[in-house]
Amino acid sequence: MILQAIAFYVFSAILLGSGFMVITARNPVHSVLFLILAFFNAAALFVLLGAEFLAMILVVVYVGAVAVLFLFVVMMLDVDFAELKKGAQAYLIPGLGVGFLLLAELIAAVAVRWTFPAQVMKGAATPSPAQVSNTAALGHLLYTDYVYYFQVAGLILLVAMIGAIVLTLRHRTGVRRQKAWDQISRDRAETLALVDVKPGEGVQ
Amino acid sequence: MEIGLGHYLTVAAALFTVGVFGIFLNRKNIIIILMSIELILLAVNINFVAFSSYLGDLVGQVFALFVLTVAAAEAAIGLAILVVYFRNRHTIEVDDVHMMKG
Repeated sequence: MILQAIAFYVFSAILLGSGFMVITARNPVHSVLFLILAFFNAAALFVLLGAEFLAMILVVVYVGAVAVLFLFVVMMLDVDFAELKKGAQAYLIPGLGVGFLLLAELIAAVAVRWTFPAQVMKGAATPSPAQVSNTAALGHLLYTDYVYYFQVAGLILLVAMIGAIVLTLRHRTGVRRQKAWDQISRDRAETLALVDVKPGEGVQ
Repeated sequence: MEIGLGHYLTVAAALFTVGVFGIFLNRKNIIIILMSIELILLAVNINFVAFSSYLGDLVGQVFALFVLTVAAAEAAIGLAILVVYFRNRHTIEVDDVHMMKG
């Protein structure tokens, strides 16, 4: 139990610290790397909570896809980030005020002494079964009761993929490309001529 | 030393606040704003999973999975719009976006 508490405090401290570094780092590449660190620590917190499947999904989807996408965009765009930083200090004091107010309200309202009534504990709609793993239980639930939501999630990802491709696809002019259709639709008549060459005359 | 639900809710609240504060602090840089949104969604997911774990109810984890899906789609589309916008304007300053009327 003490080990779990130590792990919780370490992971949450690194999570919050790297989250803070994401928004304050001067170099956006460092921001993305700290974002990756934050996702890893959040995944560790998920493991502590017993949600192993979501922890692994967080690592695979966020670290493997989203964070790398961010990294790609940050490195590809030639943006003057020092110029963007200018004038940000004007909103520092109101931002800090709003932030601390929000944090105090959230902690006072929900985080301190949250207790459940006894009937809530008994009436869980889909209690997590003790004899199967978290992944198996989640799979059973996802492919039976929530199969339509699962399909809609896949549809959302499809739309996002097509949208991203349509948005960023461009045909530059003046670029010579392979014309596959022209190549495969040639026939013998327009490419090959058989000429009977007489001796001493040559081909015109 | 018992780690209860309140501990996780506190961490999630602090992370949420960091995300909101990041939007204030980097209001000109869309890339950092998108990362702040990712942090906010991560805080929401921590809340979902914590409640799911302490209630013994798996639906919270299912919902967290859908939040993850939508967040990934949002990041992809947002970054695609960002790339197209940069290609046309050669800047990503938020203040310049007022030209996109209609």
